[in-house]
Amino acid sequence: MILRLAVWLLLAPLLPGIITKVKAWVAGRRGPPVWQLYYDLFKLWRKGVVLSTAVSPGHVAGPAVAWVAILGAALLLPAGPALAPLAFRGDALLFVYLLALARFCTSSAALDTGSAFEGMGAAREVSYAVIGEAALITALLALSVQTHSISLTSMLAPPAAGAGAALLAAGLFGVLLAENCRVPFDDPTTHLELTMIHEAMVLDHSGPPLAAILHGASLKLLVFSVLLAQAVMPMESLSPLAAAGELGAAILLVTVGVGLVESLLARLAFRRVPLLLTTSFLLNLFALLVAWKGGRL
Amino acid sequence: MKVSREFYLLSNGASVPWAEIPEWPGEEFIAATAAELERGGRLAAWFGVPENAATRLVAVIAFDADNTLAVGRSAPLTKSYPSLTLHHPQAHLFEREVWEQHGLVPAGHPWLKPVRRQNGDHPAVGNFFEVVGGEVHEVAVGPVHAGIIEPGHFRFQCNGEEVLHLEIALGYQHRGVEEALAGGPHRATMSQMETVAGDTTIGHATAYAMTLEALAGTEAPLRAQWLRAIALELERLANHTGDLGALAGDVAFLPTAAACGKIRGDFLNLSALICGNRFGRGLVRPGGCKLDLEPERAAQLLAKLRVALGEVNQAAEWLWDANSVRARFELTGTVSHRQANEIGLVGVAARASGLLRDVRFDHPAGWHRFAQMPVSTWPDGDVFARARVRWLEIQRSGKFLEEQLATPPDGEIQDGGLTPAADALAVALVEGWRGEICHVALTDGAGKFRRYKIIDPSFHNWAGLALALRRQAISDFPLCNKSFNLSYCGFDL
Repeated sequence: MILRLAVWLLLAPLLPGIITKVKAWVAGRRGPPVWQLYYDLFKLWRKGVVLSTAVSPGHVAGPAVAWVAILGAALLLPAGPALAPLAFRGDALLFVYLLALARFCTSSAALDTGSAFEGMGAAREVSYAVIGEAALITALLALSVQTHSISLTSMLAPPAAGAGAALLAAGLFGVLLAENCRVPFDDPTTHLELTMIHEAMVLDHSGPPLAAILHGASLKLLVFSVLLAQAVMPMESLSPLAAAGELGAAILLVTVGVGLVESLLARLAFRRVPLLLTTSFLLNLFALLVAWKGGRL
Repeated sequence: MKVSREFYLLSNGASVPWAEIPEWPGEEFIAATAAELERGGRLAAWFGVPENAATRLVAVIAFDADNTLAVGRSAPLTKSYPSLTLHHPQAHLFEREVWEQHGLVPAGHPWLKPVRRQNGDHPAVGNFFEVVGGEVHEVAVGPVHAGIIEPGHFRFQCNGEEVLHLEIALGYQHRGVEEALAGGPHRATMSQMETVAGDTTIGHATAYAMTLEALAGTEAPLRAQWLRAIALELERLANHTGDLGALAGDVAFLPTAAACGKIRGDFLNLSALICGNRFGRGLVRPGGCKLDLEPERAAQLLAKLRVALGEVNQAAEWLWDANSVRARFELTGTVSHRQANEIGLVGVAARASGLLRDVRFDHPAGWHRFAQMPVSTWPDGDVFARARVRWLEIQRSGKFLEEQLATPPDGEIQDGGLTPAADALAVALVEGWRGEICHVALTDGAGKFRRYKIIDPSFHNWAGLALALRRQAISDFPLCNKSFNLSYCGFDL
């Protein structure tokens, strides 16, 4: 359990590093080292905290609770050969709620500053979450129907890849991009406050709380990558080593995919974001239909 | 279109004795100016000249289709005059400026507030237009921005994500350029001109040199005019390329953003190849150019230019081929043809709203009398149009440079000293990369500057950005802003 926790915590910051590297390569640059986020976290951890005079203690508590919630969600997921450290009947519901709790805490910490930018960011975040969460829940529902279970450990062990898995992979990839504020939904590298979603919410954070936010964001990306990989790839028949390898390769593939999407697409206008999110939702919905009626079609 | 019979007519880069400029009493002057504007004229300059305790108004009106400028002045005025803005919105900022500088009140002006006047250590920005309502909220951006850019304040009145009204308050970079120029030319004047707007060094320096040459009744040697035209187009290439990259960056389209950032530097280095400075400082001087471009360096320049043009061609192709980019650019930040005409837009922004407005074509002076440039326009008035006009101009500037570098004129590069005429007014227009740069100089009895007026294209165009944001998503503001890419320091002076 401690080992698993350590792996989750230590591996997560690698993913944004890989994405940045891919983007740099496509643009013909060398780019920062893949370890950059580790350096940044280390630097932030040693820094002091600058607080606005307008904020309540909730401003600092928000990122902390959100970080714990995402870590909790991570511990509910099985990973390759290993079963989930925490597993019980109905843990899929807790998974969804923990992610929602993290979002609530980040948004309320943002609103706490009273800044127009952070208010706008929080409003955008929760508006798009309405569809994003529906898409995620639909995907989990499809997995649940497919495996006749509501525990993530058995839900994320699909019997065989089929049409449903392809739909689910596409739908979940869209959710992953939206939930992790990647292009085309958001631009994690922009400096323009008016165009930000997630970044606008963390403008007033500094030092260790900002480190918690950045680490939590990388953890969330890893959570969704693992969820996507586990949801569509049958691994039961593989040896533990092969399963671990397959999971690692799948996570790398997803990460590089995110990097390529960011390199080759412009981001969407805000009014079009719901359309693409709804597309992800529909893909997951069809996956649900396939899982439900699949046997009889 | 008929040319004015009453205003004094002159061409770009010419001067007129101050006493020969026709003069009207206050109200009649406003009426005469309004008549010229209704006849198809465009306000290129409008400023006050202090005379004893009173102020004379001077109007420079451009008749683009007739390639003519018209100049008129009022009798000395005190207190107030009927506002021109009520019927000609293009005068709104000019009248606010005259009010701020000379205390003359344009009676009936709908939104009279400071332009750039300082109040302590910050500009006196005045009150902002406010929209009231349950769902309405106000967003304040700047003057400190999240990038290494100039300071300016933007006040949005929003209904959710929709912008109802944008008001722009500037003046944070006001450093007293016009005051410093009075009594000149001083030793520092040339350097000050080159930094009116640092990214338009060649444009402002050329306008200043033309003004002095007009006052002295001479012209720079042909070879110097040729070199100025080349430097001006290099400046345009560098900035337009940078803008295309920045537009791509604002919609997170990585390939063009990354490539154009690099190619802009290549174009800047071509300016450095001519004069040793990437922004073209130290090249243009009154009476000619300080440095020559020998055949060997011209050949080197041409070779490097061709490489850079090839690369920018590729980067632009990526941009135009990406559907996701087109979806962001089209129908975003539209300024209609009518609006553009009414508020007197100039430069790229005007041409992107379908207006045929280009000093190089309408009021050719210097080398442009011998080497014509076609005007690049696009009808839609949105971000796409402004990006597209930039791309057309990159291609045409590239072609112009290739042609001109192959056929240099012979001769001197610099004339001897210039003696500005006493009591004369000179007007010089230059099409900088943003648009029309207008310099007007008035000398006193000793041939020194009694008044020197600079109008950067940004002065005309900031109002266009405010209009472009009406009923737009506030998240599209940075994109619209970049598509205009106006100067703060050129405005603030």
